[in-house]
Amino acid sequence: MTMLQGFQIALHALRLNPLRSFLTMLGIVIGVASIVTVFAIGSGAQLRLQEQIRSIGANVLMITPGAVYQGGVRLKDGSKLTMTEGDVQAILEQIPEIQAAAGSLAGTAQVIHEGKNWNTTINGTTTGHFMVRDWQLASGRYFSGAEESGAGKVVILGSTVARELFAAGDDPIGAQIRIMKVPLEVVGVLDRKGPAQDDVAFVPLSTAKLRFLGSASNINRDSVAYIIAKVAADGQMAGARAEIESLLRQRHRVPAGQEDDFKVQDPAAAMEAQQGAIRTVALLLVAIASVSLLVGGISIMNVMIVSVTERTREIGIRRALGGRMRDIRLQFLCEALVLCLLGGAIGVAGGITLSMTVARMAGWVTSIDSEAIGLALAFSIATGLIFGFYPAHKASRLSPIEALKTE
Amino acid sequence: MTALPLISLRSVSRTYRTDGVAVTAVRNVSFDIAQGEIVAVMGPSGSGKSTLMNMIGLLDLPSEGAVHLEGANVAELSEDRRSSLRARSIGFVFQSYNLLARHNAIENVALPLVYCGVSRKERLARAEQTLQAVGMLHRAHHFPRQLSGGEQQRVAIARALIASPLIVLADEPTGALDSRTGAEILALFAALNRTGQTIVMITHDPGIATQCRRTIRLHDGELVSDETVAELLPRRSAAS
Ligand SMILES: Nc1ncnc2c1ncn2[C@@H]1O[C@H](COP(=O)(O)OP(=O)(O)OP(=O)(O)O)[C@@H](O)[C@H]1O
Ligand SMILES: [Mg+2]
Repeated sequence: MTMLQGFQIALHALRLNPLRSFLTMLGIVIGVASIVTVFAIGSGAQLRLQEQIRSIGANVLMITPGAVYQGGVRLKDGSKLTMTEGDVQAILEQIPEIQAAAGSLAGTAQVIHEGKNWNTTINGTTTGHFMVRDWQLASGRYFSGAEESGAGKVVILGSTVARELFAAGDDPIGAQIRIMKVPLEVVGVLDRKGPAQDDVAFVPLSTAKLRFLGSASNINRDSVAYIIAKVAADGQMAGARAEIESLLRQRHRVPAGQEDDFKVQDPAAAMEAQQGAIRTVALLLVAIASVSLLVGGISIMNVMIVSVTERTREIGIRRALGGRMRDIRLQFLCEALVLCLLGGAIGVAGGITLSMTVARMAGWVTSIDSEAIGLALAFSIATGLIFGFYPAHKASRLSPIEALKTE
Repeated sequence: MTALPLISLRSVSRTYRTDGVAVTAVRNVSFDIAQGEIVAVMGPSGSGKSTLMNMIGLLDLPSEGAVHLEGANVAELSEDRRSSLRARSIGFVFQSYNLLARHNAIENVALPLVYCGVSRKERLARAEQTLQAVGMLHRAHHFPRQLSGGEQQRVAIARALIASPLIVLADEPTGALDSRTGAEILALFAALNRTGQTIVMITHDPGIATQCRRTIRLHDGELVSDETVAELLPRRSAAS
């Protein structure tokens, strides 16, 4: 008897009792569906994080406002802008490992070009910002020195904003757009960096202060919301960080023993840690899903044992008609395999459907990779072989004479 | 006497041991069966007929003595080889038909060929021919429960014949049938035998046994008589 005949016999037997067959494979269906879904959501989350890490740029430190004490009361982190353009200058000049640094102020506003408008992040910064983030231009140029110092009415668009405001064939360079009634000339359009990054418009820091944010009360003439700095080499991150901390403590006159009024972070490292956490959670969920596979396998074994008992006479007949022990074993093994493969296939389909539904309803990024599907199917084949072997072996060992005597 | 017998039993015994108690179901039985014979095996219940049949059919092995099939000692063959021989050389017919309930007549008839490695197409073609030969082609796609006892037994006989076996072994093939249907089945066996098919048939019915040229009688596992009508008749006429 060939494998193919084994599968034919198995399919015939399983078709006779479709409900029972389905219930038998339910555990496998659920297990495989969970594995596929968990993998899809997990790798989607990782992809997103990786994109974010890439978009920040390599070896970047980010300095944000920290705790502020007012009359002995600790205010929330970031409630006051504690960094200044002077800090940026000092970091650049006094710390040799720093290649580039830039301060930023950011808010959201409506950007208008002819009939079209788009709500986006307005980031006031200097050309250093693009150096820190290794962010190239798709067309045009960065800000000139005169524009940076003299609050030039110029803007550099992220690719999303350019796409939203300009028709496909239209060249944005040189066009006039308006932000909060202020007309600005588009001097550059940036390369794409990722969906979350490209939705932004950059203006010179001086322009942002003078024309958009100047009246805000919590902003000094000199303040910036955050600073980003690029360290020359990976190995210098820790050293550069320590130097920035001591420099800023000194500049901000933070008394010894008191908390810094700023925070220096390594966003890529933080995200990598987050990525590790996602991986751990995903592995845990896969482990739980595997338990479901195990339960599914046991349920298959259970039903197969019952089936062998019920079909003892059939086994006797097949043996009398010339079926070898291995033919009987193959027949029942094929049945278990078909159950598991069918369950696995239904599970894969269910898992794909489920993760696509999650993607649509929760707005998560999911990614279905063939590796996860292969793994899930391999798991179900293994389950079929492991849990099908014992009943199949038992069936093959039955004495044909005894088997023929049973009712 | 140079022709090799199809089956030969030499001092065959079969002892069952259950819970330390030994039951000898067949004791020191020897006989040959030649190609083309039709043999009735008779004896009271428990006399060892089925046990004997299982050994001839390679389902069981003797505790002592030897069974030879075409000169080969079956005990020296591997289990797999004996299974393959069952598929190709032995055709079983049972009192309770033993058709697979979930397969229709033609699939049941084709079943032994699965274990002979015959393709599905050829299996079904040969099953049709064989069903035709037993007059059951019109029921090819009926399931066993849709057939009468006599019809089921015809299908079972077709299944026994499909691989063109050396020998057909029938254990009380008419035991579950009324006398008329039983007679029809018997007529089918007689017709098969006329085409040269070797048949061994267990029966309780002396009427059936008289229709077989040779009758072997067992009692308490021992062979008590082995008579061949064709042999006896000329001898009788020669003596008279
Ligand atoms: N598996 C077994 N274990 C123990 N004893 C057995 C076994 N099979 C048969 N026997 C015994 O062997 C003896 C012969 O049994 P067998 O089935 O060959 O008789 P039989 O002539 O076919 O009877 P019947 O006409 O009732 O079918 C009986 O005494 C029976 O109890
Ligand atoms: Mg019997």
